[in-house]
Amino acid sequence: MARKISMKDAINEAIDLEMRRDPTVILMGEDVVGGTGSPGEADAWGGVLGVTKGLYAKHGKRLMDTPLSESAYVGAAIGAAACGMRPIAELMFIDFMGVCFDEIFNQAAKFKYMFGGKAQTPVVIRTMVGAGFRAAAQHSQMLTPIFTHIPGLKVVCPSNAYDAKGLLIQSIRDNDPVIFCEHKNLYAHESDVPAEAYTIPFGEANVVREGKDATIVAYGLMVHKALEAAEALAKEKVAVDVIDLRTLSPIDWDTVIESVENTGRLVVVDEAHPRCSIATDVAAYVGQNAFGALRAGAQMVTAPHTPVPFSPALEDLYIPSSGAIVAAVRRTLASGEGAGGHRKAS
Amino acid sequence: MTESRIRPIVMPKWGLSMSEGKVTGWLMKLGATVKVGDELLEVETEKIASVVEAGDQGTLRRIIGEPQTVYPVKALLGVLADDEASDSEIDAYVASYVTPAAAEEEEEAGPQYLVAELPSGTVRYAKRGEGDAAIVLIHGLGGDLDNWLFNIDALAKRASVYALDLPGHGQSSKTIADPTLRGLARALIQFMDEVGIEDAHLVGHSLGGAIAMQTALDAPDRVRSLALIGSAGLGPEINSGYIDAFVTAGSRRELKPVLQHLFAKKELVSRQLVDDVLKYKRLDGVDEALRKLTSSLFTGGRQQALPGAVLRDADIPIMVIWGEDDEIIPAKHAATLIGKARTHVIAGAGHMVQMEAANAVNALLEEHVGAGR
Repeated sequence: MARKISMKDAINEAIDLEMRRDPTVILMGEDVVGGTGSPGEADAWGGVLGVTKGLYAKHGKRLMDTPLSESAYVGAAIGAAACGMRPIAELMFIDFMGVCFDEIFNQAAKFKYMFGGKAQTPVVIRTMVGAGFRAAAQHSQMLTPIFTHIPGLKVVCPSNAYDAKGLLIQSIRDNDPVIFCEHKNLYAHESDVPAEAYTIPFGEANVVREGKDATIVAYGLMVHKALEAAEALAKEKVAVDVIDLRTLSPIDWDTVIESVENTGRLVVVDEAHPRCSIATDVAAYVGQNAFGALRAGAQMVTAPHTPVPFSPALEDLYIPSSGAIVAAVRRTLASGEGAGGHRKAS
Repeated sequence: MTESRIRPIVMPKWGLSMSEGKVTGWLMKLGATVKVGDELLEVETEKIASVVEAGDQGTLRRIIGEPQTVYPVKALLGVLADDEASDSEIDAYVASYVTPAAAEEEEEAGPQYLVAELPSGTVRYAKRGEGDAAIVLIHGLGGDLDNWLFNIDALAKRASVYALDLPGHGQSSKTIADPTLRGLARALIQFMDEVGIEDAHLVGHSLGGAIAMQTALDAPDRVRSLALIGSAGLGPEINSGYIDAFVTAGSRRELKPVLQHLFAKKELVSRQLVDDVLKYKRLDGVDEALRKLTSSLFTGGRQQALPGAVLRDADIPIMVIWGEDDEIIPAKHAATLIGKARTHVIAGAGHMVQMEAANAVNALLEEHVGAGR
C-alpha cells in the first residue's frame, strides 16, 4: 500500500526487503545493530541516527557491528562482495571515507577492470552527507564530487523517501560498487512509498517541476531548495524546470540537455564546494555539448570554498539557500540573448 | 423553493485521493445558457486535467472560481440559476454556501481502500455507496481502480459500487495464478465471494470487459448485466504495437507517447499520470505479470479469447460503449453485439472513454444499471 513514510524508514524497508529476498545481502558498520553483547540491548541503537533499527530482530547475525575501523570493515565488505556476497557497509559520515580510499578507489572500483571482467564487486557503501545538522566541519561535508570522479564507482544521492527506497534496492541488486549518499537532513522527509519492492534505474533524472524560462539542476537536499526557489519565481511569472539528478554517476545528460534546449538558461545547484563539483561538471558539459542552446552563461549556486562552520548562524549562511537560487535565476534571465524575459522572435 | 432554482457548480472529486483542484479556465461566459452535459470549465489535479460538465441546466449567473487558483473539493465555483431567481437570492445563496469539510466527507465515505485476501493473493479494492444493487468496475491491462475516478462516485448514488485492482495490477498481489481469461474471471468470482457480492452488474473496460463477459459465461447467476467499455473480447484486432510498447517502456520518455494512444485528447496525459504508471511498472513482479498476461491473451498481436461471440445467445442485458477515436481496440468492434446489446459510440473520445467523456458514460451506465435492476 502506498503510504507516507520518512526517508529513514524507506531506507530501512529497502534493506529489510532485500535481506528477505536475497540471503547474500548482509549489513555491517559501526553500531548498525547497537550494543551487541549487552544483554537486552541487542537492538538498541540501529546506527548513529537509528536508520537500521529493528533489522537485527528480523535478520540476526546478517547484521554485524564492527570496530571503529572504517578501512578494516569497508575492506571486508568489498572482499566479501568479490567473493559472492552482497554486503551493505554503513559508513556513518562520508567525511570518514578518507581512511578507506585505497579499499574503495584502488580495489573496489578497479576489480572488474583489472580482472578482465571476471570479478564483480556488488557492494553498497551507505553514508550520511550534508550540512545543516550542527555537526561541525568533520561530519557535514558533501563529498559526492570526489566519488563521482572515479570510474568504476556509482554514486547515488536521493532527495526523497520514494527515490531512496527504489534507488537503494537498485544499488543492492547492482553488480558494481555504489556509494549511496543519504542527506541527514532528509531522513525525516516523508513521501508516498509503496510497501512492495521496486527499483529506479540509475542514470535517470527526475523532472520534478516543469517551466519554460530556465533549468535548475540539483540533487539531494538542494532539490527542495530549488523547489522553494521555483515557487518564489512563479509569483514573478518565471517558470522553471527543476531536475533532480538522483544519480551522479551515471548521470542523465539527456534530460539536462533536453531541458536546456527548451529553456536556454541553466542554473546548477550543488551543496558541495564550488571547484571540481557536480555544478562545474554539469555547467561544463552543457557548455561543451549544448552551447548553441544557451542564451546566457550557466550559473552555479554552491557552498563556499571553506570548511562547514560550527556556528549555527554561519552554517545557515554556508548552505546554498533558495534565495541564492532565485538570485541566480534572475541573473541568467537578465543576461545574454533575450535578456529581461523577452524572447527574440526567431 | 428558491434553492431548487439555484444550483451550485462545485469543485468535483475525481478519484479517491483528490482533495483539491485548480481551476485552469472557464469555457462558458457569464450569462450563458447551460444545458446538461455542456462543458463549463477546466480543472487540473495532480493526476489529471479534465473538463467539468454541467449536471444541471440554467443560466450561468455567477463565476466564482478564479483561473489558476486551487480550491478544495466541493468548493463553490459558480452558480447556475433560472432567470426568475433574483440577484439578491443568488448573492444570499453564495454567501451562505459552506464547503463541506474534507474530514467529514472521509468519515462519511469510510476508508479509501480495502483489501480482500483471496486464494490467489491479495486484492485491493474500493467500495462506494450503500445501494442494494452491486456494481463491480473492472479496469483494463496495466490499469488500476483509479481508472474509474470520474465514475465511481457518480454510480454510487444508487448502488454499492466496487472497484478492484486485478491480479498483477495496482496494489494487488503481482503474482498471477492463471493468466488466461478464465483464470482472471475465476479471480473475479473469488473476489465477489470474499467480499460477499451475490450478483452484480459488471462494468468492464478493455481487458476488464472481456473478463466480465467470461464471468457471465462461467457464472451466469452471478452477473445481472454487462457494460462493456472499449472492450476486449469482441473481435480479434488489437493495437499490438501499443501492447508491446506499454510492456517494454522503462522510462518517462518512452512511456508518455505510449500512454497518449489511450486518449483522444493527448494533453490529458499529464506528467503525474505518466509517473504513476511508471511507478506501478517498476514494482517487483509487474514486468513478469504483464508479460504473462499479454503473451497469454494477445499471442501474435491478436486477441485470443472472444467470449463476445458466445454471449449473443445469453439471456443478459448488455450495453456496449466505445470512444470513436479508440486507438487500442477499434470502435468497429462495437458492432459485434448489435441487435443484442445497446450500443453507444461517443465522438471525441479515445480508449479511456470513461475518463474522457465521464458524464456521458456515467449517464449511460446509470440508465443501463437502472434498466437491468
